[in-house]
Amino acid sequence: MKRHAALGMIAAALAATPVWSETAPTAVNYEEGAIAESLSGTPGDPASGAKIMTTNALGNCVACHAIAAMPEVPFQGDIGPALDGAADRWTEAQLRGIVANAKMTFDGTFMPAFYKTEGFVRPGNAYTGKAPEGDLPPILNAQQIEDVVAYLMTLKE
Amino acid sequence: LALASTAMADPVDDTLVIETDDGSIELVTQTAAPDHLKDVLDTVYSGWLFREDETRVLQKDDFDNPGMVFVDRGLDSWNAAQGAKGESCAGCHEGPESMKGLRAVTPRVDAESGKLMIVEDYINECVTERMGLEAWGTTSSPMKDMVSLISMQSRGEVVNVAIDGPAAAFWEKGKEIYYTRYGQLEMSCANCHEDNYGNMIRADHLSQGQVNGMPVYRLKDAGVVTAQQRFVGCVRDTRAETFKAGSDEFKALELYVASRGNGLSVEGVGVRH
Ligand code: HEC
Ligand code: HEC
Ligand code: HEC
Repeated sequence: MKRHAALGMIAAALAATPVWSETAPTAVNYEEGAIAESLSGTPGDPASGAKIMTTNALGNCVACHAIAAMPEVPFQGDIGPALDGAADRWTEAQLRGIVANAKMTFDGTFMPAFYKTEGFVRPGNAYTGKAPEGDLPPILNAQQIEDVVAYLMTLKE
Repeated sequence: LALASTAMADPVDDTLVIETDDGSIELVTQTAAPDHLKDVLDTVYSGWLFREDETRVLQKDDFDNPGMVFVDRGLDSWNAAQGAKGESCAGCHEGPESMKGLRAVTPRVDAESGKLMIVEDYINECVTERMGLEAWGTTSSPMKDMVSLISMQSRGEVVNVAIDGPAAAFWEKGKEIYYTRYGQLEMSCANCHEDNYGNMIRADHLSQGQVNGMPVYRLKDAGVVTAQQRFVGCVRDTRAETFKAGSDEFKALELYVASRGNGLSVEGVGVRH
């Protein structure tokens, strides 16, 4: 029990003090939907981004978007536009803003905000259907957003 | 892949004619939207029209419909002397055909108590007050078996829930829930089932989320799923804290969703993937 409590405190401390230069979800500065600065301060890894985008419990972007550049991924959705050529249509700052909170770019869009922790109606603890315990983490953390943006930047036609 | 999904982007063109023990019957799986929906939809469709060929065909013959096992279990329970004093449903109601029509008009407001009643509530009223038993859980198997049996008695009847008079306040509440964007994904029922029906969300072909087919046998769960249970699943998938099956919120929602399908046939026990 004691050990658990101690571990819990360390975890809480880690969650409360983000890595230096990391921007918290509540402190993000959107300019016309775009975010100029990296959220993590560390360059994104496109390979990790591709994984996040196709993993159900993470970004699951392919639930709604088709990406022809990922022919090996089955069952891509067609709710949103295909993402091929995204880097031709948007700058890195705009893509960061769309992934972090697409509602800042597309008013009222169906696309979820992946780097947002407040302002929800009955938020739950991930997919358990239960109320969250403690603070609600964003769906993706700062580095995961950067990784996704790095992958999107490879989508040129 | 993009092509494959566009090819599926609509309800299929098919007719639901079911072979039953008493000959074949044809169900209404698409019809003009009820007046209260005219601003948002022209046509309402059963979820059956959005399923794959292999799934749809299972509902065309009672012999193939895996949901009928649950109807049979419901019939055994109906006839069993299970009350505290040995009462059975059959003892008071005779055959299950005495329940004909009920499923097509529920949820409805009970004239005496003023409460909004789903079929499960009527069953539990008898189970507790008339048979002296503990209430059956809203999504327990005895409950779902009995809902399946009772729902089957209205198969082919057209859904016609009342939305005015004493039902109006419940209906408004249900409508508000339908359009609220819940959870960390900020999604409403309407986002998926009004704005995007016909589209693919990952492997799922989105239907209009109608409840006329409920309860349905779901191949993925190898079991029967009721409307109340489905609502829990759909809200959970928005990363939200769900309401409970049988809660006032979900009962109001069931009334509202049922009213969106006024004009479609009760399917008794549908089959879905
Ligand atoms: C539930 C559906 C949904 C999910 C999940 C989703 N999106 Fe979107 N996305 C949309 C929709 C709808 C739009 C179109 C914007 C609008 O007009 O509302 C969009 C737009 C976009 C755009 C701009 C499209 C363009 O090229 O013009 C990008 C980029 C994008 N999404 C990336 C992502 C990424 C990356 C993820 C996952 C981390 C993701 N989306 C997850 C629905 C979704
Ligand atoms: C002791 C008698 C008795 C028993 C036993 C009994 N019921 Fe009832 N049931 C009633 C009465 C009385 C009503 C109210 C009838 C009315 O208001 O018209 C009723 C109403 C209902 C209704 C609502 C019907 C409607 O059209 O409004 C359902 C559904 C129902 N019973 C199901 C069951 C089931 C299922 C069982 C067994 C698990 C059961 N009943 C056992 C007496 C009984
Ligand atoms: C994230 C998308 C999403 C949201 C939000 C959502 N659903 Fe669903 N729903 C689905 C999917 C996927 C299915 C399975 C395929 C289908 O029938 O559409 C489904 C199925 C259903 C069904 C079963 C239909 C049938 O014929 O078997 C009902 C009823 C339903 N939803 C109602 C609702 C209601 C009411 C809400 C709001 C509380 C809701 N859904 C919110 C995605 C969603």
